[in-house]
Amino acid sequence: MNLLGEPFVWRALAAGLGVAVVAAPLGCFVVWRRMAYFGDTLSHAALLGVALGVVLDVEPMLGVMVAALTTGVLLVGLQRFGEFAIDTVLGILAHSTLALGVVVLSFVESVRVDLFSYLFGDILAVTGGDIGWILAGGALVLGMLVFLWRPLLAVTVHTDLAQVEGVSVTAVRLAFVLLLAIVVAVAMRIVGILLITSLLVIPPATARRFARNPAQMALLAALAAAIAVSAGLGASLGWDTPAGPSMVVASAVLFLLTVTLARPRS
Amino acid sequence: MTDNEPLVRADGVTVCHGSRLVLEGVDLRIAPGEIVTLIGPNGSGKTTLVRVLLGLLRPGEGRVRRRRGLRIGYVPQRIHVEPTLPLTVGGFLGLGVRTGRASHRAALAEVGVGHLLDEPVQYVSGGEFQRVLLARALLREPDLLVLDEPAQGVDVGGQRELYRLIARLRAERGCAVLMVSHDLHLVMAATDRVICLNGHVCCRGEPEQVSGHPEYQRLFGPLDREFALYTHDHDSAHAAGTGEERRPAE
Repeated sequence: MNLLGEPFVWRALAAGLGVAVVAAPLGCFVVWRRMAYFGDTLSHAALLGVALGVVLDVEPMLGVMVAALTTGVLLVGLQRFGEFAIDTVLGILAHSTLALGVVVLSFVESVRVDLFSYLFGDILAVTGGDIGWILAGGALVLGMLVFLWRPLLAVTVHTDLAQVEGVSVTAVRLAFVLLLAIVVAVAMRIVGILLITSLLVIPPATARRFARNPAQMALLAALAAAIAVSAGLGASLGWDTPAGPSMVVASAVLFLLTVTLARPRS
Repeated sequence: MTDNEPLVRADGVTVCHGSRLVLEGVDLRIAPGEIVTLIGPNGSGKTTLVRVLLGLLRPGEGRVRRRRGLRIGYVPQRIHVEPTLPLTVGGFLGLGVRTGRASHRAALAEVGVGHLLDEPVQYVSGGEFQRVLLARALLREPDLLVLDEPAQGVDVGGQRELYRLIARLRAERGCAVLMVSHDLHLVMAATDRVICLNGHVCCRGEPEQVSGHPEYQRLFGPLDREFALYTHDHDSAHAAGTGEERRPAE
């Protein structure tokens, strides 16, 4: 059977590219700001969002956005956590929200929820409607990222300096969390909750050695992500492996290749 | 608005960190064009006071007023840029004010590091980075330059050069300067007024007055004698070893 003739393949490719190309530039900031674990926490909280969406009978993607956004805003707002270090707090939040999501879903017996597809993604099942969400969300994120680029970069390099120079630091931080929440929501269908952070972190890491400035790194990261998504999807179709994890494996292989083969630059 | 109106004035600023009183009833004024040096031992609240004046920290009590439209150029203590972030010195300058390459080059040249424009920030040494930070502050055309321990991690020769540069910038641009220092003698020639801080203002005045003040001597006494070697030899080209006859009259 010729897979390239199947519409679901093209839908999967469009959805995968749509998410990856948006997640990679945003992921550069996740890497620069050392927020990988923060991203992980937001995506784990997403399952609680799915559960809420199912219970309240609204679009799960919306539930995910609300859950991720609430968690993120709470974390940004709290700033200090008494005697607990931030990674401890993130660890508690990430796993308790994930577990709570699973527990809540188990109560909803009337609806059969394919937990596996939420955890690892189900890109081959995306619908035209999903692609609409992905494109709309992606365009919004990219637009806002371009708008926020300079202040976000200034805050990333030195928060106090940026604030003295007139950047509204809290607003920038909250906007960044909003962008992450949107990406988590749209990426969930593609690679699943457990693998979203890989879309944010691996392509920027791959791009680092070739980039001479921040914008270049963002563009190269998007390119690396696009290659990984296409290769992973191809491999998944050829060898009948799960699509989301295959993309992540492809991304990791690409990273390893560039790290071993390319000479480090500035 | 008169020219004598202070750029920044703090009245009765009190800051607590938890139950610890860091600053108590601090008053301070910075007039246009003057150089004010904050001096005090570790933990005396220097950096906290700077943060309050910059608006980065809200005081528990008291108030800070900045002149309307005041432009501040801030040189923070130390800066660490993640190695994952590919950023050149020029790119770093561009984060402050959106100006072109030519003005970046000019600003760097003004502080003596023009050759760094295209270097990745991670390759720039501590002392050079201080100057890059100064260039970023100058690009804002500031009315007030705020430098937090600008001489940290710079050797003694480099420190004196740095203070000389700061004095020159003030003379050329007419901006006021507020700086934090741990060593009064090195900044003496470059400062108009000294405020000695230890949670509260211990003493203040011209550098010579402060260095002779009993409160200052109590705080810095032993240390002061070790550094006396360098006193008043700012214009000597072969300074360090020949301090004998220059010992200050105490």
